[in-house]
Amino acid sequence: MPKQLIKGNDAIVRGAILAGCRAFYGYPITPASEIAEAAAFYMPQAGGTFLQAESEIAAVNMLYGSAAAGVRCMSASSGPGISLMQEGISYLAGAELPCVIADIMRGGPGLGNIAPEQSDYMQVVKGGGHGCYRALVLAPDSVQEMLDLTMLAFDLADEYRNPVYVLADGFIGQMMEPVEFPERATLPAPPPWAVRGNEETRKNLFTSLYLEPDDLERHVRNLQAKYDRAQREEVRFQQYRTEDADLILVGYGIVARILKSVVNLARAEGIQAGLLRPITLFPFPSEQLRSLAGTASAFTVVELSTGQLVEDVRLAVEGRKPVHLYTRVGGNVPSAEEILNVVRKGALAHV
Amino acid sequence: MSDFDVLHQKAKAFYSNYDRKSELQHQTHYCPGCGHGIVHKLIAKAIDELGVQNRTVLVSPVGCSVFAYYYFDVGNVQVAHGRAPAAATGIKRALPESIVISYQGDGDLAAIGSAEILHAANRGEPITVFFINNAIYGMTGGQMAPTTPLGEKSTTSPFGRSIWNEGYPLHISEVLSSLEAPVYIERVALGNNKMIQGAAKAIKKALDTQAKGLGFSLIEVLSPCPTIWKMQPQDAQKWVEEELTKVYPLAVFRDKTKEAQPRPAPKPAPSLETVRDLIAAGKHAQSSPPTDAPPTAFPSRGRKGADLRIKVAGFGGQGVLMLGQVLAEAGLEAGLEVSWLPSYGPEMRSGTSNCHVRIASHEIDSPLVSKPSVLMALNEPSLHKFLNAVEPGGLVLYNGTELPEGADRKDVNYIVQPFTAMADKLGDARAGNIVMLGAAGLFEPSAIDSALRRLVKTERWLELDRRALQAGRECIGVNS
Ligand SMILES: Cc1ncc(C[n+]2csc(CCOP(=O)(O)OP(=O)(O)O)c2C)c(N)n1
Ligand code: SF4
Repeated sequence: MPKQLIKGNDAIVRGAILAGCRAFYGYPITPASEIAEAAAFYMPQAGGTFLQAESEIAAVNMLYGSAAAGVRCMSASSGPGISLMQEGISYLAGAELPCVIADIMRGGPGLGNIAPEQSDYMQVVKGGGHGCYRALVLAPDSVQEMLDLTMLAFDLADEYRNPVYVLADGFIGQMMEPVEFPERATLPAPPPWAVRGNEETRKNLFTSLYLEPDDLERHVRNLQAKYDRAQREEVRFQQYRTEDADLILVGYGIVARILKSVVNLARAEGIQAGLLRPITLFPFPSEQLRSLAGTASAFTVVELSTGQLVEDVRLAVEGRKPVHLYTRVGGNVPSAEEILNVVRKGALAHV
Repeated sequence: MSDFDVLHQKAKAFYSNYDRKSELQHQTHYCPGCGHGIVHKLIAKAIDELGVQNRTVLVSPVGCSVFAYYYFDVGNVQVAHGRAPAAATGIKRALPESIVISYQGDGDLAAIGSAEILHAANRGEPITVFFINNAIYGMTGGQMAPTTPLGEKSTTSPFGRSIWNEGYPLHISEVLSSLEAPVYIERVALGNNKMIQGAAKAIKKALDTQAKGLGFSLIEVLSPCPTIWKMQPQDAQKWVEEELTKVYPLAVFRDKTKEAQPRPAPKPAPSLETVRDLIAAGKHAQSSPPTDAPPTAFPSRGRKGADLRIKVAGFGGQGVLMLGQVLAEAGLEAGLEVSWLPSYGPEMRSGTSNCHVRIASHEIDSPLVSKPSVLMALNEPSLHKFLNAVEPGGLVLYNGTELPEGADRKDVNYIVQPFTAMADKLGDARAGNIVMLGAAGLFEPSAIDSALRRLVKTERWLELDRRALQAGRECIGVNS
């Protein structure tokens, strides 16, 4: 099967169905609507459900229902819709229900605009809903990864019984690149914990309510133990020319692609730059960053928000080395040359 | 209470011991005389009588009945405040054979969840909703509900509900029965023994409606809340009978159970092989399958080795994005790495559009093209906008009879032709983008041809595009 040139948003849905997703609930919003449109096309033909919900609030609660029934399910939205889903995501995490949510980030706050930003980092990576919970977050930087990481997201969601985000920006969603499909589609059997409307599962219950303080504390500690395990076992990142790098650039999604160009341009000028690209934003590759702090002399974080990712980088580096920040927002995306200028200045300051 | 004698034998659909409850596991958490307890019994009895216990999934709301799962020995899903109809939708869609009950109070259903119930009803979601209307917020201690009668005091309407501040009581059954889809909607009450028997019948019928595969049903139950109302249970029941039924008349608002058709059974799921093929085939079933032809020689006009950074720009309608896609497909056909990125966001102003195409023999780092090696400018504004960014020695294609004033870079190569006018002569000005592509001479014609076969939907356009391509090649002196 030759590679096929497809859009990032399309790849998400195709990956989802190949991974056994059989329910999609969504509400239109640019730049994520194409995902719902693709789901509306493929889902019924794959024997699944597509439903355009009356709001993102309804959509996320439909996920709650289908997840409880043991069906792999997903939704997709962008900033304003993800904000509305936060209540439901907190309930999903509290009731330990798996699902996948794609956030194709756009400009904010408020209505902002429909251009790409990375300003949902906080609400997606740090929570956004109430209570002590985390969502796992995967950040693709290519169309192939939109497919692969969406598939992985379903496995992680089931493994951890927790919502998992695929966090991308409008660029990755709109972009077309060649994609290779896996040889086989999968459809995992319904898990034993699901409520299936039959005798065997009649005893099963989903709730996030624990009235007794001791019960709730035990529950919350159990959740935290899962997140700790994810931190140990699920960290994923990509390093590009970091072995001998003096300056480590850090960025995810479309920014990481631009940063690869920057690394190449900088190296051509004799600046020893390298890139660390987190693929999981939670769990965050803190350890890797910390160890790079031993060999590199500085870090520069580039992001399409005024400084969200940088907080995690600074926490990881623990002040061992300076961490600089370069940002563009509003839908503006820095060119490789623009960042190269920043890198040059930084390089001068550090010799 | 003697009124409820009919119910005193414990239903099978209840757990024999309420293990999920921390203390007093033989009795419910409801206050004496609370309507929830009575409705629970009626539902459990109906489940028993219909023999659907194993198939039933109960969705518990937020409100005094949040703990319904303490009691019902069925599949249990407790959900967020007001969202039960959405969650029930998710369950029913996943398990069409199950009996899904959305159990909700009046704050839950008529206030915070008003959107969810309206749309579930309007979709005709084949679920059963039991709507407990006690005209107050019980769980949170007596705040006003959308259903609180005019003049009634509550902790948040201390001077009585007023039409000027809180508006009129919301009549959910009436509102929902204005919709086409619902199959069965009835309002019943727990005001006396006879009314309770009526409620029992309605509840059973609503469940039976779902068991028969018919659509949406909702039973609104006028229900006493002696604790918040600060009444003795008997007085609360009397108040339901005498006062609440005045505001909310008992009636069957909708009954299409006789004529409603069962929903068509879901189609059997396709095999995983079929699913794999569906996904691999893609949304636009291709007019011709991709050939396995050996990779064609890279750019017949091999500029700068195998690393093309192309910017295509022009007015909307000139086929800018399409031209970019043909380039990317042709690159893919030639066995190369490619990326295509449409202009998006702030770049997309004033009706112009552009796209970034990269074609390389190595992995592509940034898909954004900030320093193009090839600029394909289909109109003048695009030329002015991007000319300065073109790398020295790059190629600039411009759609016009001559370069406009101001386009005075000497360190790039130009191909200037009235591509749109040429296409117009061929039959359709919109093929100007493909004439330009021919003139660019970036790929072997065979690679472009298979790209076109993949992207172009109609024979007419395919034929036109082939002629356009040829015209483009000829205008710069390439013959084939
Ligand atoms: C989002 C949210 N807002 C508010 C609440 C608090 N709350 C819990 S129950 C309830 C009202 C329940 O009233 P009703 O649905 O009439 O049920 P009842 O207790 O009377 O049976 C409210 C406002 C909540 N749990 N969640
Ligand atoms: S407060 Fe009212 S609704 Fe709640 S349990 Fe007591 S009587 Fe029932």
